[in-house]
Amino acid sequence: MTKITWDALRESQKILLLLALLLVWNFAFWLFGLFQSLWIGIFLVNFIIIVYLLHQVSLVVPPQRISTFEKAVAVGFPIILLASWELLVRGGVLNEDWFPPPTRIVGAIWHLTVHYDKYTKTSLLGRFWLIPSIFPLEGWEGVKRLFLESHVITTVIRILAGFVLGTFPGLILGVFMGMNRIVRTMLDPVISATYVVPKITILPLMMLIFDPFGETYQIVTIGIGVFFLVLINTMTGVRDIDPIFLEAGKNFGANRLQLFRHVIIPGALPFIFAGLRLGLGVGLVIVVAIEFLRGEKGVGYITWYYWEIMVVKNMYAGLIVIMLLGVLTTFGLQRLERWVIPWQREERELPEAAQG
Amino acid sequence: MALKIIAKNVTKVFPSPRGWIVALRDFSVEVNEGEFLCIVGPSGCGKSTFLRILAGLVPPTSGDVRIIPGARSEAKPINNIIFQEYAIFPWKTVHDNVAFGLQMRGISKNERDQVALEWIGRVGLSKFASSYPHQLSGGMKQRVSIARAFANDPEVLLMDEPLGALDAQTRAVLQEELIRIWEEDKKTVVYITHGIEEAVLLGDRISLMTAHPGTNKAFFDVNFPRPRDIALTRTPQFGELCHSIWESLEAEVKQAMEKQV
Repeated sequence: MTKITWDALRESQKILLLLALLLVWNFAFWLFGLFQSLWIGIFLVNFIIIVYLLHQVSLVVPPQRISTFEKAVAVGFPIILLASWELLVRGGVLNEDWFPPPTRIVGAIWHLTVHYDKYTKTSLLGRFWLIPSIFPLEGWEGVKRLFLESHVITTVIRILAGFVLGTFPGLILGVFMGMNRIVRTMLDPVISATYVVPKITILPLMMLIFDPFGETYQIVTIGIGVFFLVLINTMTGVRDIDPIFLEAGKNFGANRLQLFRHVIIPGALPFIFAGLRLGLGVGLVIVVAIEFLRGEKGVGYITWYYWEIMVVKNMYAGLIVIMLLGVLTTFGLQRLERWVIPWQREERELPEAAQG
Repeated sequence: MALKIIAKNVTKVFPSPRGWIVALRDFSVEVNEGEFLCIVGPSGCGKSTFLRILAGLVPPTSGDVRIIPGARSEAKPINNIIFQEYAIFPWKTVHDNVAFGLQMRGISKNERDQVALEWIGRVGLSKFASSYPHQLSGGMKQRVSIARAFANDPEVLLMDEPLGALDAQTRAVLQEELIRIWEEDKKTVVYITHGIEEAVLLGDRISLMTAHPGTNKAFFDVNFPRPRDIALTRTPQFGELCHSIWESLEAEVKQAMEKQV
């Protein structure tokens, strides 16, 4: 009789065995009623089995399909996570009151979107269902008013306004500091010292300077947070340009303005975009912090508000919407980056005849 | 023969954290109109510095450098550098890189497109006109750099070890291409290299530099007939000339190496 070893098995056999192991292992614990107390350990082992299983699958996937496989894994794993969460709650392992299942959170988001909340005096997206009755009376002005009162749009406007407000001064000063040694030496200690201050700390100061019941102080605080990140990254980007490109630019007759337009700005763009991405993240943190503290509107505000009145699923709804905002803005920025920096796209393969 | 470049007693002193460094001392050279001059010297002798002084990118500490304007040119004759590191802009396509000089001079889009496409064709990159540099091999990048300089139609071409970063086979191919392109309309060239064979193959005259700080060591005339090609390197006369240049250079190279230790 020949001994069958693991290494001697074919890939497809290994995959089937691992799949069987995963099912039997979970079923056994469920059978003996041990899931309740041991679920963290069980899921940890599940994770390891799944990793090994997918590794085996990746070995049999044909090379030209490997990117499709990776996409499927990238989409599939979060779905598995959500499904596990759902099952853990439904199975009574997780406390439903503190961890409402994903389906219920989606329901809460839907509810908050299509219903007017008399306490926060609006809904997530505004009372768009009133459009048919308001449009004949007030026209586009009325529609605009309906949307402007919404939580999501209030937050989005704050972030975008702060983002724009911080980006342009950051860009301009960053280029100057990158190009000019004297300006850099002068400003560097000031920037370094103020950069480390958590930006939310200046909120009281901003409320002192601007109307403490308006929008300006919020936008300016976000803008300052974005400003520092754009500034520092732009400066790094400009300084990172190989001096030989400046020499080449000058040698081919570029004047100062052309040097900016054709060498310095495009050369610094990858770093500038890194700064914008970081700035967006910080902008999101600041806007939520301000809405926690001072809001009477905004997604941060409803998250806080529903925690205070203990409607936990609505608190989750706010949290998820904030997450979506972050994902969408980051995605938008990525698309913009690809469009603005086409030379950074992933390396294409070189035709063989073209070598040398 | 009319003189095109006159450099007299050029000295360059650089500040460094350890004090002043003399990169170039009393270096003089004259280049005729349409001459291909090679400057050969050991590493760190300041030959690249001299090229940048010629190009007007750095001012000399003392001495006089002049490029004499030709009949067609304005007060400041155009010179262009072909860099060892290519220095083609990664954010511009091959076409836009080649057209760069013309664009900076404000030449109309139609005209510069025409010139750029012609030069891209002459260096054999027509298929890659809209590619970005990161999609090209080292040899192709240097072809773009060569096309960029030639397309700008400068009065003087300055080449700073243009083939130094390439592998031996690619270098041999590009040497022949350079000879071919240059012999079509003989521009005044100053070519920096530390390859003696390369200098003898390409140049009309060779200026030898001493080790750091660089100054004149000797001049060699290269009288091989043109058009030349790589077959020249197999003749005994070629070997003899290379050998005599090496004998003169050897001491300088050793001195340069000792200083580095």
